[in-house]
Amino acid sequence: MIGFILFFAWLGFGGDYVWSLEGHHPFPWVGIVLTVVAIITAWHTYKTGPEKVLWATGAQELIDPQTDAERQVTNVVDEMAIAAGIPRPRVWIIPDDDPNAFATGHDPHDSHIAVTRGLLKMCTRDELQAVIAHELGHVKNLDVRLMTTLAALVGAVLLVREGMGRMMRGGGIPVRGGRKGKSAGPLLAILLALWVISWIIAPLVTQLLALAVSRRREYLADAMSAQFTRNPLALASALEKIEGAAAPTTSIKSGAAHLCICDPLGRRLTNSEGWLADRFATHPPMSMRISRLKGMGYAQLKKEGGSFTSSAPV
Amino acid sequence: MWVLLVLVVIVGLWMVGAYNGLISLKNQTVNAFKQIDVQLKRRHDLIPKLVNAVKGAMDYERSTLEAVIQARNQAVKVNASGPEAMKQVSQAENALSGALSRLLVTVERYPDLKATGNIAQLQEELTSTENRIAFSRQLYNDTATQYNTKQQQFPTTLVAGLAHAERTDLWEIEDQAERAVPQVDLSRR
Repeated sequence: MIGFILFFAWLGFGGDYVWSLEGHHPFPWVGIVLTVVAIITAWHTYKTGPEKVLWATGAQELIDPQTDAERQVTNVVDEMAIAAGIPRPRVWIIPDDDPNAFATGHDPHDSHIAVTRGLLKMCTRDELQAVIAHELGHVKNLDVRLMTTLAALVGAVLLVREGMGRMMRGGGIPVRGGRKGKSAGPLLAILLALWVISWIIAPLVTQLLALAVSRRREYLADAMSAQFTRNPLALASALEKIEGAAAPTTSIKSGAAHLCICDPLGRRLTNSEGWLADRFATHPPMSMRISRLKGMGYAQLKKEGGSFTSSAPV
Repeated sequence: MWVLLVLVVIVGLWMVGAYNGLISLKNQTVNAFKQIDVQLKRRHDLIPKLVNAVKGAMDYERSTLEAVIQARNQAVKVNASGPEAMKQVSQAENALSGALSRLLVTVERYPDLKATGNIAQLQEELTSTENRIAFSRQLYNDTATQYNTKQQQFPTTLVAGLAHAERTDLWEIEDQAERAVPQVDLSRR
């Protein structure tokens, strides 16, 4: 968050400096405006992020459960909140037949969990429990705050850059031959180049940041799910089911993709490994997650003296 | 001289941190223990409802039902305090768990009973209640283990006396029958 504001200040004040080299604008208004814009956007996204994300998916809050499935999901959320030792989050249902789930919010005292109807229909109680535990892992790690904010900030950076680009073309930096007398040292040249480059890569950097954070956190949340339920194999089989139904979740937009339990866009990238996928996918490869969970499950079975074949779900 | 002062300040700051960490864990442990009580109370309140719902259809299973009610009343009555409390509570609750699981198995044998939505709902409630109790115990055990480990580990153990940290007991399953995996016969009779 602070990095975001500083980044914007750097972009803005850097711009002023370039202009002052040209002999215009002694007052650094671009810098001030951009910094203020950054602070306001950051504050605003922090405040309204969860509502925006939930609104974008068309989720409805589950307050008074009517059907068996609804009762089950509220019970399961209650149970996992107890296991995680955090207050009960609010539950939302997304009217979508594709199985998926995500969590959002600011901190454990103000968190939301959203599941699709498809997930409720497809999963057994144990699997649902594992998925909810995974999401509560995100809540307990405070991932939700980070990821919801990142989701909104990626959008904001794109927007501001778009606006600035138009302004620059319109108002135009007058192209003059040579600078006015002021000697610009090599240090200045480097700074200038850096400034231009950061303008170009600003959206890319925020995006990559969001992705890198998200992928590492998925493994952690998987592990926490296993810690809460003591049943890693249930999450493995839930992930397999979700992967099997790999149709894109239409109601979840790309902005919220990294919040979900698995990539809702049904992208190929998520299933491949390698450098490119490592950099650009929002989630680690499903097969890697499943095999890690199965590893945990077998280790547990071995410790408890159970047999491999009988209790391991396919 | 200066080095000594800096050293004292560093040690002092560390002591404050370690002390506060221990206190925080201690309170978390107490809170987790209270959570178990909350969930047990929830179960006690649910049982009369469950028994009423199945009573009519299960006239032949009077003994199973009575066992549940008796175990429940026994568990409600336990009101001991002190170090013996946990042992007594857990004994009574384990007996209740056993009676309940026998009842659930019996309910499986009555297809018409299962067919009414009421029972499905109650079964879900009961499963959830049992899970809640299990998970609150799990949280308590995890927190207490963390607390015990912390206060025994060097160097935190040096401030353990200052924070009045004492080893807490874990919640264990005492009944040998509970420990064993229950055998459930799924064939229809």
